[in-house]
Amino acid sequence: MSQAENQQHPIGVYLKIWVLLFVLSTASYMVDYFHVQSYLRWSLIIVFMLLKAGLIVAVFMHMMWERLAFIYAILLPPLLILTFIGIGALEADYTFLTRGVFFFKSAL
Amino acid sequence: MTHPVSTIPIHSPVLEPGVKGLVSDWSADQQSFKKVPWGKAMMWIFLVSDTFIFSIFLISYMTVRMSSPEPWPKPSEVFALTIGGKHIPLILIALMTFILITSSGTMAMAVNYGYRKDRRKTFVLLLITALLGASFVGMQAFEWTKLITEEGIRPWGNPLGAAQFGSVFFMVTGFHGTHVSIGVILLVIFAIKVWRGDLEHERPGFLTKRKSSYEAIEIVGLYWHFVDLVWVFIFAFFYLW
Repeated sequence: MSQAENQQHPIGVYLKIWVLLFVLSTASYMVDYFHVQSYLRWSLIIVFMLLKAGLIVAVFMHMMWERLAFIYAILLPPLLILTFIGIGALEADYTFLTRGVFFFKSAL
Repeated sequence: MTHPVSTIPIHSPVLEPGVKGLVSDWSADQQSFKKVPWGKAMMWIFLVSDTFIFSIFLISYMTVRMSSPEPWPKPSEVFALTIGGKHIPLILIALMTFILITSSGTMAMAVNYGYRKDRRKTFVLLLITALLGASFVGMQAFEWTKLITEEGIRPWGNPLGAAQFGSVFFMVTGFHGTHVSIGVILLVIFAIKVWRGDLEHERPGFLTKRKSSYEAIEIVGLYWHFVDLVWVFIFAFFYLW
């Protein structure tokens, strides 16, 4: 690899992200500590989770400094997982419905 | 007999940025991932495959949790601890989260000091990362022991509600804990290599016989950050949801 380059960045970048990750983790723990419920709880959990994951991948794993060809090769395949989540949710709904029908009939 | 020499340069000296660069990199001869050492590219590809494994676990968890007519045990209560007479929900898991994030920070700094060829600081930071990782595994062992002996949670059932809680819990955290343990072993191995100056003097590795370099620390770092990344998702979906 003649063109390979080292990922060399100032320490300050890592320290800032580190502090941010601490703040975000505390925030997501507070969601549970103060018993936030329902849609507000779920959306807060997901927002904090995605922010943390994004910071780790972008800065700690140096993804934001890589070339676009590499970023796409690594980050696009996991999008398939979204399809899989959809299939899993459909299947779960169907199973739940079948169980509901079964238990409802036996209760009669 | 000499081979005809092409006048077109194989590597264009200037790499295009942005979308144009994406197209030219992928349509290039020889290699698409410019500026990425192959060891790093291979680690990333392994991490993508590992992403799929953990995703499958989390998706099956979603499926069993959605389809279970029985109530799901409240993780907030299951993982609560009483410290100094005070009942604090989910405190053990919060502590484990902070430990793993701290270890990610020290790992990132170890990578940085490695590229600066600061042997001492890299060694110390790698060792701190390994110790934090080991304490994470220790806390997980404590958590498992408490759940098995005190709460009676088994992979096939538990007294708190849906039977699937136990199987998902042991499967997901067990697989993640295994990853952390492997990471700790890797960190210790590379801390020793750094200490001995193997990376600085480019001595061949014991397994691959390839020349060592500080790139290796970044590659180990990628694995370690990935372990932290997976925990972010487990923390959100299993413990907080």
